[in-house]
Amino acid sequence: MGKITDGKVETIDYQGFQLTTLDKAIGAARANSMWPLPFATSCCGIEYMATMGSNYDLARFGMERMSFSPRQADLLIVAGTISKKLAPILRQVYEQMAEPKWVLSVGACASSGGIFDTYSVLQGIDRIIPVDVYVPGCPPRPEQIIDGIMNIHALVKQESLRRRYSDKYKSMLNDYNIETDVK
Amino acid sequence: MSNSTITNEFALARLSAKFGDKIISSETPFDLLTIEVPSADAHEIIQWLKEDEVLKVSYLTNLGGVHYPTDKDREFAVVYHIHSLVNNFRIRVKAFIPLGNPAIATITDIFVGANWMERETFDFYGIIFTGHPNLKRILNEEDMDYHPMRKEYQLEDDTRQDKDNRFFGR
Repeated sequence: MGKITDGKVETIDYQGFQLTTLDKAIGAARANSMWPLPFATSCCGIEYMATMGSNYDLARFGMERMSFSPRQADLLIVAGTISKKLAPILRQVYEQMAEPKWVLSVGACASSGGIFDTYSVLQGIDRIIPVDVYVPGCPPRPEQIIDGIMNIHALVKQESLRRRYSDKYKSMLNDYNIETDVK
Repeated sequence: MSNSTITNEFALARLSAKFGDKIISSETPFDLLTIEVPSADAHEIIQWLKEDEVLKVSYLTNLGGVHYPTDKDREFAVVYHIHSLVNNFRIRVKAFIPLGNPAIATITDIFVGANWMERETFDFYGIIFTGHPNLKRILNEEDMDYHPMRKEYQLEDDTRQDKDNRFFGR
């Protein structure tokens, strides 16, 4: 019989069927068909546009379709400076996304406020929403953004299907005062 | 202004003939005629500048505030940049107001475009434009409880814990 070792899929005697767990099959499907929502506010957004363009071509990773509705998005890509006035809007966009959802913070501003250490700028989006992967850079090159997305993919592939029911996930949302309809 | 059809001297003489002592001082840095006027008379002078048949200074380019925290009873300046499109002539009008009563008459009845500029100046400096139809914050969050460009407030975000003042010049 075939075995599942180290996350790899093994065939049985080359007979045309494979064994894996549902988590891994769904995880692979999710990772390779993400619908990102680009929340681009400044120069990181321009780099993200280059990442989507034909040279770097995010479509290679099943991210052909940008979802500009949070209801259908899996991945929130925050690229750019978020002012404090914009913070509640970003938070609302995050809350409107359906589970499962991930967040990629692109660039120094989204990750920490960057050079804008000033009264009007949010000092990192992780003050209002949870972030899965941070991409450093000011702005990061498209290669770096792709690296961040590869890290998101790695997370998506290994995440449990029942992540939203886990106490850890619930308590994290609770820390951010984000309501969830999962009981 | 090099391509202007009227000179700074001519405009200043015409203003002085009309308003006399109300023109407190004048200077021409970078060849831009700048006059200081009493805050109570700024509205009248700006209206006259717009309606005068010779000067025709009828376009409000900009309006803003300045904070001079050490100038007693002259803590705030309201600066009007106005432009004569006909004569290609610019003039800057300054009015100073005290911290205790930072109020000046609105010019939204003269220039409708002053509406948002006065709101912005109110937002950042707390200068009250009396008679303004809708004087509320325009750029900052509505629930902000101070006027951030006043110099008693620090520019940096005060919630940051991770920056050492010695290295970040705060």
